[in-house]
Amino acid sequence: MRLAVVGAGAVGRSVVELAGEHGHDVVAVADSSSGVVADGADSDGVDAEAVVTRKAEADIVGDDDPADVLAADYDVLVEATPTTLGDAEPGFSHVRTALERDRHVVSANKGPVAERYGDLQALVADSAGDLRFEATVGGAIPAVSTVEDIEPSHVTAVRGVLNGTANFILTRMAAEGLDYDHVLAEAQDLGVAEADPSFDVEGTDAALKCVILANVLSFGGADDPADAREFTLADASVEGIRDVPGSALRLAAEDGRTVRLIGEATGETVRVAPRLVPENGTLAVSGTQNIVQIETTHAGRLNISGRGAGGPETASAILGDVGRLG
Amino acid sequence: MSDRRDGAPAEPTDDADPAVDGGHEPGSSTHTVRLELDDEPGQLLAALQPIASNGGNLLSIYHERGNKTPRGRIPVEVDFEATPDHFDAIVDAFHDEGVTVIQAGTERYAEELTLLLYGHLIDTDLSDTLSRIEASASTSVADVSLAAPRGTEDASSARLRLEARAGETATALDAVRDIAAEKGLRVVAPLVGVEA
Repeated sequence: MRLAVVGAGAVGRSVVELAGEHGHDVVAVADSSSGVVADGADSDGVDAEAVVTRKAEADIVGDDDPADVLAADYDVLVEATPTTLGDAEPGFSHVRTALERDRHVVSANKGPVAERYGDLQALVADSAGDLRFEATVGGAIPAVSTVEDIEPSHVTAVRGVLNGTANFILTRMAAEGLDYDHVLAEAQDLGVAEADPSFDVEGTDAALKCVILANVLSFGGADDPADAREFTLADASVEGIRDVPGSALRLAAEDGRTVRLIGEATGETVRVAPRLVPENGTLAVSGTQNIVQIETTHAGRLNISGRGAGGPETASAILGDVGRLG
Repeated sequence: MSDRRDGAPAEPTDDADPAVDGGHEPGSSTHTVRLELDDEPGQLLAALQPIASNGGNLLSIYHERGNKTPRGRIPVEVDFEATPDHFDAIVDAFHDEGVTVIQAGTERYAEELTLLLYGHLIDTDLSDTLSRIEASASTSVADVSLAAPRGTEDASSARLRLEARAGETATALDAVRDIAAEKGLRVVAPLVGVEA
C-alpha cells in the first residue's frame, strides 16, 4: 500500500520508519507546517531516514505544502496529528478529504473517532475507502480488532487500564507510599508524564478510548447503524486520580487490594474512575502497562495486556490496520 | 447488631428447658444458613460457636472444601434448630464474629463489597456518614478502617466493608455515592461482579 502520513510526532515518524518492514511505501508526509511528496507515481516513496532527520534538525519534513500531501496519490491516509476535542479539527477534515477521494484512512487520532463517530460512519458509507482506528485504543493492544473479530453484538463490555501515565502514578504511590504530587514530579522527570498532565490524570484520555469502544459496540451491534446510539466525551462519566490520597492506597493494600484508573464501556454507558481491584488481580497491571478486558457472550472473558503508548508500539497498531485493509 | 455478650446465657423465650442434643425445643424450627469461610485453620470451629452459644441445636454441616467461591473462600452450609429469637441472635453473632453470612433463612447477604471513601471525612461527620449508609435499605456496614495521616485538617481515607442483599450491591453503591456527593467526598468503588 502507498501511505500518506499526516502528523510527524513520535507516532507519525515511527510509521515512516517502519512502513517498509511491513511492505508498504510512504509516498507523502506532512507535519503542521510542511510536507514532502515523493516524485512520480512509480517511485518507492519518500526517503524515510531523510524525513525523520530533517524533522529532528529543522522541525520540517520537506519543502512541500501540507495540502500537497492530502492531495497526493496514496492508497491509505495515516492520520497521526494530535488529538483535539469538540469538532476534532484539523484531524476530522483530513479524514473527510481522504474518504471523499475514496481512499482508506487509518487514524491514530482519538478526536474524530471519539467526538464525531456518526459523521465518520456517514462518510465511510458514501466512500469506497474504509476507516480503521486500532491505534486510538491501548497502543499496541489489539482491542478494536479483537472486538470486531468476536463481533460487537457478542461483546457485553470492555474495560481496562487505558492510560499508562495514571497507572504509573498509582503504581508508584502504592509501592513507595508516596503522595500524588511527589510521584507526578518523578513521572515528569522520567518523561512518563507531560508537563501538563491533565489529559492523563483527569481521566480524559482513558475516557476518549472508552467512548471509541462504546461507539464500536453500539454501531457494530446495531442492525441499522442509523439507529445506533452515538457516544462523545460528553456522554462519559469521568473521574481522575489527581486527589487520590496516599492513605487511600495504604488502606486498600492492607486489604489485599489496590486502586487503578479503570475505564468501562458498554453499548450504553461509558465510565472512567479510580476503582478498587485485587492487588494481584489481572487488572492491576504495573507501571505504564495497559490492559483491555473484553466480556463476551459465548467466549468468556479475554484479557490483553501490553504497551499502551509509544511511537513504535502505536505505529505497529497502525500498520496492522493497513494490513487489514483489502 | 446484637447486644448479647459472649458467654451470656441466652434469654429463654418461654419456660421450656434449654434444648439438649437431639431434643426439640417448642417453637423452634430448622434453619439452613450458608456461610463463607476463609481457608484458614480454626475458621469452621469459630463459625459454629455462635450457634451453640446462642441456644441453637446443630443438625448438620456441609463443608465444601474443594469448591471455593470466586473470592477464594470456602462455602459451608449449616442446618440447625432454633426458635425465631435464637435464630436472630445467632445471625447477629455471626456478623459480630466476622463470619460472612451468604444466606440466612429468607434473608440473603449474598454480596460483600469493600470500597474506599476519601476527602474531609472527619469534618463531614464520619459517624453520620456511616449511620446514613446503614439507614439505606439494603446495606449494613460490617467494618470500617480510617486513615487520617495529617489529622483532621487534610483529606483522610476510609475503607468500608459493606454487606448488601443479593442483587442489591448496585443500589447500595448508589446510596453511598449519593451520600458522598452531598458531603463532597469521593468514592472508590470496587468492580462489582468482576473477580479479576
